[in-house]
Amino acid sequence: MRGLRRLFQRLTWWWAAPARDEALLRDEIAQHIELQTAENLRAGLAPEEARRQALLKFGNVEAMKEIYRDQRGLPVMETLISDVRHAMRRMRRTPAFTVVVILTLALGIGANVAIFGVIDSILIRPLAFPHAEALISVWHTAPGVPSLAGGVGVTPSMYLTYAQQNRSFEQFGAWRSSGASLTGIAEPELPRALFVTYGVLDALGVKPLLGRWFSQADDTPGSAETVMLAYGYWQRRFGGDKSIVGRTLTINSTPHTVIGVMPEGFRFQHDPELILPERFDRSKQFLGPFSEQAIARLKPGVTLTQADADVARMVGIWLNDWPPNPGLSRTIFQSIRLGADLRPLKTEVVGDVGTALWVVMGTLGLVLLIACANVANLLLVRAEARHQELAIRAALGAGWRRIARELLVESTTLGVLGGAAGLGCAYVGLRLLAARGPDILPRLNEIGIDPLVLAFALGVSLLSCALFGVIPVLKFAGPRAGTALRDIGRTFSQGRDRHRARNTLVVAQLALALVLLISSGLMIRTFQQLHRVQAGFTHPEEVLILYSGIPPAITDPEQVMRTENDIMDKLAAIPGVASVGFGSVGPLQPYLGGRNPVYAEGKNPAEGQIPPLRQIRMIAPGYFQTLGTRIIAGREFTWDDLYGKHRVAMISENLAREWWGDARAALGKRIREGGPADPWREIVGVTQNIYDDGVQAAPPSLVYWPALMDKYIWGGKNGMAIAAGMFAIRSSRTGTPGLLAEAKQAIWSVNGRQPVYLITTLKELYDQSMARTSFTLLMLALAGGMALLLGIIGIYGVIGYLVSQRTREIGIRTALGAEPAGLLRMFVRQGLALAGVGAALGLAAAAGLTQLMASLLFGVTALDPVTYAAASALLIAAAVLASYLPARRAIAIDPVQALRSE
Amino acid sequence: MKESDVRQGTLALMVLKTLDVLGPLHGYGIARRIEQISGDLLTVNQGTLYPVLLRLVQEGSIVSEWGASENNRKARFYRLTRQGRKQLQAEARNWEQTAAIIGRFFAAKGPDLK
Repeated sequence: MRGLRRLFQRLTWWWAAPARDEALLRDEIAQHIELQTAENLRAGLAPEEARRQALLKFGNVEAMKEIYRDQRGLPVMETLISDVRHAMRRMRRTPAFTVVVILTLALGIGANVAIFGVIDSILIRPLAFPHAEALISVWHTAPGVPSLAGGVGVTPSMYLTYAQQNRSFEQFGAWRSSGASLTGIAEPELPRALFVTYGVLDALGVKPLLGRWFSQADDTPGSAETVMLAYGYWQRRFGGDKSIVGRTLTINSTPHTVIGVMPEGFRFQHDPELILPERFDRSKQFLGPFSEQAIARLKPGVTLTQADADVARMVGIWLNDWPPNPGLSRTIFQSIRLGADLRPLKTEVVGDVGTALWVVMGTLGLVLLIACANVANLLLVRAEARHQELAIRAALGAGWRRIARELLVESTTLGVLGGAAGLGCAYVGLRLLAARGPDILPRLNEIGIDPLVLAFALGVSLLSCALFGVIPVLKFAGPRAGTALRDIGRTFSQGRDRHRARNTLVVAQLALALVLLISSGLMIRTFQQLHRVQAGFTHPEEVLILYSGIPPAITDPEQVMRTENDIMDKLAAIPGVASVGFGSVGPLQPYLGGRNPVYAEGKNPAEGQIPPLRQIRMIAPGYFQTLGTRIIAGREFTWDDLYGKHRVAMISENLAREWWGDARAALGKRIREGGPADPWREIVGVTQNIYDDGVQAAPPSLVYWPALMDKYIWGGKNGMAIAAGMFAIRSSRTGTPGLLAEAKQAIWSVNGRQPVYLITTLKELYDQSMARTSFTLLMLALAGGMALLLGIIGIYGVIGYLVSQRTREIGIRTALGAEPAGLLRMFVRQGLALAGVGAALGLAAAAGLTQLMASLLFGVTALDPVTYAAASALLIAAAVLASYLPARRAIAIDPVQALRSE
Repeated sequence: MKESDVRQGTLALMVLKTLDVLGPLHGYGIARRIEQISGDLLTVNQGTLYPVLLRLVQEGSIVSEWGASENNRKARFYRLTRQGRKQLQAEARNWEQTAAIIGRFFAAKGPDLK
């Protein structure tokens, strides 16, 4: 207790004016001695002697003061503070050095902290649901259908079975994302809607901010229509009006009562704006279609494997309980060979962005290493300049620990300042990223600096301190440092080993820089290769893409088509519009389109087998012309085909090759969708492949039907037309708000204010399809650039220092008649030697490390010789330049000056 | 325990006892008193007293106040606090017990120790 109190006292006293205390102590001692002297005088001593005796009796004043001081405060802290103060003073005296070091560290640390912040919020932190670890998505494997390798979700009938029969789920529900039109307001729109069955919101466990959740009654077909709003949409569209609950909105042309608003922190896939109940009529369900996704909360203690077994059991029940869809047989569903494939919800939300992030983190770690090497080098130079002072202090008896501590304190101060500045950089970087980050990063809005990131920042700063701080200590404060006293004088040329540490650091820097240059080079090559791919359309920046529909009152397919035809004509009449296309789905939006098995006449699959799924598009004339897709063989659909209800089809080139070996051979052949319920349609045209899944993936095989058909497997009695779809407008005015406004007016003049949605340009879709590559490229290019810059600064520093150290030698050489060109060559050769060794090591390291990023590359191998050669050449050229500049200073040395300066 | 710790502890106890008996005193007064009582047994440098005083102040056993000394100069007087008095009592008891045990130990005859 007393000890504690004392420690506390010492802690507080250690701040309080030590100078005043010192004066008081001095007074107290003087007083003491005076009193003793007086006493001695009274005892009869002579004044001189009396004072001398008093002093003797008191003992060593300074020693006592020392003890007093040590007891008074915390001596360890005090020396530390004074060391820090010294370090700061030295740093202030050399502002250029300090700024360079702190900036270098700030960049290195900041970049790492920022990327760690991203990784933390995307990969490490759990999803923002209570007990998110128990949330899983329910998928199925489908080994019977290779084209479904990504997994299949659930069918409505499956949901009904699973909800009743499961033994491992606490809650279970099915959902699907879609759009839902909101009309009857100033500007009709199509917010992103999440359709959920009972169980989805309960599984997520996020309570509504206002109102209530869906109850089981909301799911029942025929009950009152209800809707919930997401927080953002409620704020944006209704200004956060609390009286919204109970109001009626016209959604998909039907009045819906608002029953609740979700809280701000609620997030779900595809960022829904409206949440609507999904209603399945039990009596009208078949085995298919796989239209839903499912989510479940595992019962406590149930493992993923147990739940998998449970689902596998229920697949059997489901297959027996429900009838197959008309025109399909139960055998077909059995041949899919469905198996359970449950995945943690987080895996699904995060997706495949992990690799790219870890690669970026790795490269930024290398940048930090380079930065540390650079700082270590700078510190070495400084320590070298203080070499004499340190040696003298060591010779006078300063313990090497004391000197080491001083050097470490200096580097730690720099490290902490650099770390703080880095944290600032990271904060700004993360803000920027969260504000305008690429779409490929999920959970972007959750990005921020949390305690883990702070801890990481501190850890990284201290680790860097250790990295760059230890080297000068080993060199100058080691137990043998005192022996360095003999070569203090500048009269001696420097020993070879004096440069070894600095050279090693520079070589390491250059090697790491080369690794980064090569990785960014590989990404640049990947980017080039991606751009070289003929994606299946031309001048995407000219193509405006938007979706709209026709009023639900129009049901007759031909009437639907004529209305859409009117819209196309109106759009085509807008000044500056070159052509207009219409189809069910635009390019590069495969997630909006459907996939179905397609049969070719005379190419029967094995009994009970399903042919591969193909992407299906319904299109009107002008679709390919507007997108700029070449027709390889045959012709495009005509209006005659549509209104004449000709049974025609078009396919993509790869499908034609797959079936008939050649595009021309496909013409005149017949195909149909789904099964015998669909009529055969004759192929009239074969088009260029469209890289619908992004240019990085193989182009999918595409089948095009006319947008108006008299008979279609999924259509009604009167045939089939698509009630809503994509309008593509090619115009030189694309990208201007004027064109968009005119296009909207044109559409609304025909369809009576149906929402216009998913507005974008083909160029944007194209860029998005390469977003992951561009993001990685940008990050790696930044890292590579930083690394090269740091490496060059490093080599510049080393050669510059060599020149300044050898001024005298150069003077002598010049005086003896050395050629300036020879001197220049000598220094450049040294730089080149360092760069050569660095490049050799870097090439070896890159050959190993770039394998890690193989999955990010396209059209180029991880050992691409062109990239390796170009990066090495760049590095060596930069190194030569960085050596040449300081070397020029050497030949400018006046020998007389150089010799006299000793 | 280092030797200086023992001495500091003993010295601290003497300081406390002195202040308990004589009331507030300045450093010199305390030193004189200890000298008078202990004679030459404790030929400490008077200066070593001050770190002990500091320590006692930090522990809260004594407080220092400014007052006038006999030569009419400003001097720092030390006064025992209530806590210091308690500490003194506890340590005095402790000390007496230790002294008694040690005394008995040395008084004991050879055979008793076997």
